Amino acid sequence: MTASLLRELNSLLGPSNVLHKIEDLVLYEYDGSVEKARPDIVVFPHTTEDVSRVVKLAVKYNVPIVGRGSGTGLSGGALARGGGIILVFARMNRILELDLENARAVVQPGVVNLDITRAVEHAGLYFAPDPSSQKSCTIGGNVAENAGGPHTLANGVTVNHVTALELVLPDGEIVRVGSKHGDAPGYDLCGLFVGSEGTLALVTEITVRLTRKAESVKTLLAIFDAVDDASTTVSEITARGITPAACEMVDGWTLCAIEDYIHAGFPRDSAAILLIEVEGLREAVTAQAEAVEDVCRVHHAREVRIAKDDRERDLLWKGRKNAFGALGRLAPSNYVLDGVIPRSKLPQALRQILLIGKKYGFSVGNIFHAGDGNLHPIVLYDPRDAMQFENAIAASHEIIKYCVELGGALTGEHGVGMEKNELMSLLFSDADFDLMRRVHDAFNPDSSLNPGKVFPLSKGCGEIRVRKQTTTPPAQV
Amino acid sequence: MTTTANLASRLEGLLGAHRVVVAAESELLDYAVDGIVPAAIVRPNSAAEAAEVVRFALAEKLAVIPTGSRSKLGLGMPSARYDISLDMTGLHEIAHYDAGDLTLSVDAGMPLRQLATVLTEKGQFLPLSVPCYETTTVGGTLASGIDSILRNQYGTTRDFLIGAEFVDGKGALCKSGGRVVKNVTGYDLHKLLVGSLGTLAIITRLNFRTFTLPHAYGGHLASFSGLDGASAYRIAIEHSGLPLANLETLSPVMLALVARVLSKIHPENALPLNPANWCVYASYEGNEAVVPRIARDLQKLSSDATAVSSEILDPDSDAHLRGLFREAFDWLRWASPAVALFRIVLPQSKASDLANLLRFANESSLRNATLLRATGVTYLAFIGEIDDESTLRSLESVSRRIFSLAAASRGHATLLHAPLKLKSSVNVWGPKPADFAMMQRVKDSFDPQHIFAPGRFVGGI
Repeated sequence: MTASLLRELNSLLGPSNVLHKIEDLVLYEYDGSVEKARPDIVVFPHTTEDVSRVVKLAVKYNVPIVGRGSGTGLSGGALARGGGIILVFARMNRILELDLENARAVVQPGVVNLDITRAVEHAGLYFAPDPSSQKSCTIGGNVAENAGGPHTLANGVTVNHVTALELVLPDGEIVRVGSKHGDAPGYDLCGLFVGSEGTLALVTEITVRLTRKAESVKTLLAIFDAVDDASTTVSEITARGITPAACEMVDGWTLCAIEDYIHAGFPRDSAAILLIEVEGLREAVTAQAEAVEDVCRVHHAREVRIAKDDRERDLLWKGRKNAFGALGRLAPSNYVLDGVIPRSKLPQALRQILLIGKKYGFSVGNIFHAGDGNLHPIVLYDPRDAMQFENAIAASHEIIKYCVELGGALTGEHGVGMEKNELMSLLFSDADFDLMRRVHDAFNPDSSLNPGKVFPLSKGCGEIRVRKQTTTPPAQV
Repeated sequence: MTTTANLASRLEGLLGAHRVVVAAESELLDYAVDGIVPAAIVRPNSAAEAAEVVRFALAEKLAVIPTGSRSKLGLGMPSARYDISLDMTGLHEIAHYDAGDLTLSVDAGMPLRQLATVLTEKGQFLPLSVPCYETTTVGGTLASGIDSILRNQYGTTRDFLIGAEFVDGKGALCKSGGRVVKNVTGYDLHKLLVGSLGTLAIITRLNFRTFTLPHAYGGHLASFSGLDGASAYRIAIEHSGLPLANLETLSPVMLALVARVLSKIHPENALPLNPANWCVYASYEGNEAVVPRIARDLQKLSSDATAVSSEILDPDSDAHLRGLFREAFDWLRWASPAVALFRIVLPQSKASDLANLLRFANESSLRNATLLRATGVTYLAFIGEIDDESTLRSLESVSRRIFSLAAASRGHATLLHAPLKLKSSVNVWGPKPADFAMMQRVKDSFDPQHIFAPGRFVGGI
């Protein structure tokens, strides 16, 4: 990296907003995934204009640029695969406007997901998408990945709650798409940019739709002695047309790890639990809770508890949302998958995942958004053991392939990033890639923005190239 | 450009004579879009055949407009060129329906009505309760972007469209999304197809998540002496968090139109609709306990907002009104020979902006009717009694003013329907949006040679 680029960045943003020493850069070479890639420079813009100027400098010096929020991503989306500049939005973290009457908030990308809800809950509103990392992940990252969360089953994922965006294009131009109140005439550009994984533009401002809190909520904990019973319960809840606000499943093995860590009150001797939440009008909630309980009992639930107050409910959710942290106590590293399958195929999918894990010698934990069919098998491994790492990747790929065979997809909410891009050919044809590539090139023709993501590098997508590799390969942790 | 005879033989060579209409003038007229008659109608019966026609059109530099039931061809601007009508009604199978997963994959040419019959057998439905319901196709509904009256509860089409297959402007069969309800694999290109009026791709198949039919339905009608009372009632409903499927506020003129249409379609219906009042119709659904609860709450909220009448509708009347509001676009556009029907989106809370708009409408010499739909969408129809030059000039003048009023309120307006002559002086899409250049990039990626309905879309795309 040239010294003059560094000089220009320092002069543009001030030295306190520019990192370039190895000891600082190593903090930005990883995210929540198993991937690693070290940037050459990390910058912290404060305004959209800062972002635009940094992008123009990157163009001038022909270096790639990658946007990053809190670095909680699970697909390597915010890693500088081709080196270059990482642009961290942590200091663009202001809520710019709260329009409670129209249920809209305008926020900068560095605002933490949960902080939006905290700012509006006094008015009975909240921001619906709630990734497990919502206490630390940023809305900019949510937009890039089209993040989901346990409560997106009834309310939809990030894209369903974004009405307008301000963007900085790879040439530094600042543009706005969508409209605050939605329904703007023309193509649904918000629908395209949300979930484009930072490969089309950098998002510098987001207008989100706020949701009104439901009148009534009931949280049920159903305890099963067989995983099959729990998964069959989910399939039947879906088939009966009951749409809970959330329907999460945790297997017994994972439950024990959570209990050791959180003490959420989960049973240690069960094969699986379902955490099911229903919300809406009181009359609807009562009926839905009864229907859910009925399905659970039909499928041999040992016990169905209803959280008796907010404290108990919060504790159950704390257990669920901190599960990945709890698993960190069991093995040095884990690989969290994100495959999606038709919900009718849930029982057979879980059986197969177990078999695949066994084949490669791993215990595979399952804690996931069962109601969406969004699986999160977790392969625990020791990255210091090269063979284990290779096997973990092989097992994971086999699981994802199986999801696709069942009619599913590679990723439900974590994104493709640099983790699953080589698997994209399982789903997409050359013609599909050709069109996606044309759309990519229409906005990011030189691949200067987040190169080496989403598109398979090995399959005719040479234009979506990685310019240079400055870092160690992922396996060498 | 090919000669007609040459075009005929080339197309027949592609798909066989029985799927190509070239010379039958009367049939070609049925496929006219904004008065422009295509040189040929082609009826593929597979996605591969549709792709072949597109590649042919590309090679011959011919413009293509995909058609379904042709119920809403008047949307948008007249196309600059239109050589081939690609009639997609030959693609009408359900490719995949996993009722247990509530997911569906259906060909673009499938009539919505027919699809509903299949879904109903499984106790499910698609929340596409849209105008021209009896004839419209799934693909046409999606491409038109027309409002479903259920969007307040179920969201817009983009919220439950989970994937699509389509032919791009290079004649390649492409897809995006998938058949699962949650998916972030690859770009969500299918979302771009919603409301694209056939300008990006030829939609061949669409994947949706389906929904369970509710156990019970209800409807409630309240009337107010003025807009203020009706608005206060709407705001109270919004703050109550009551989950309504639909909420329609009608101006007195709109109410009179509704009464007229109702008496025509359902002469037995004796619903008392007093056209001196503003009226608010709410429809809702749920289980047997939810529906009466919502009705009770609406009775109270309307009475608090000083309603002059408040009535829980009997099931027949409610069903009639539901159907009638679903079809509002259709009967409004034909309310007279010269209707300009606007769809306007304003901030929901800004009563003053709406009041400004309505004041202006009432100051104009044209009869006008207003339907405030849920989620901040307003349908405003200017109804010229006769189709003459003077009416046209009046429509032209109000159109310009509506576009500028909407823009001043940080909202936007679109002319959903206008006399063809008006389209030569007024762009139905209003001024070019700020993100127009971005839309052009999308268009160029999908359809590099601009063979799909060129000029029909926003800003001349």
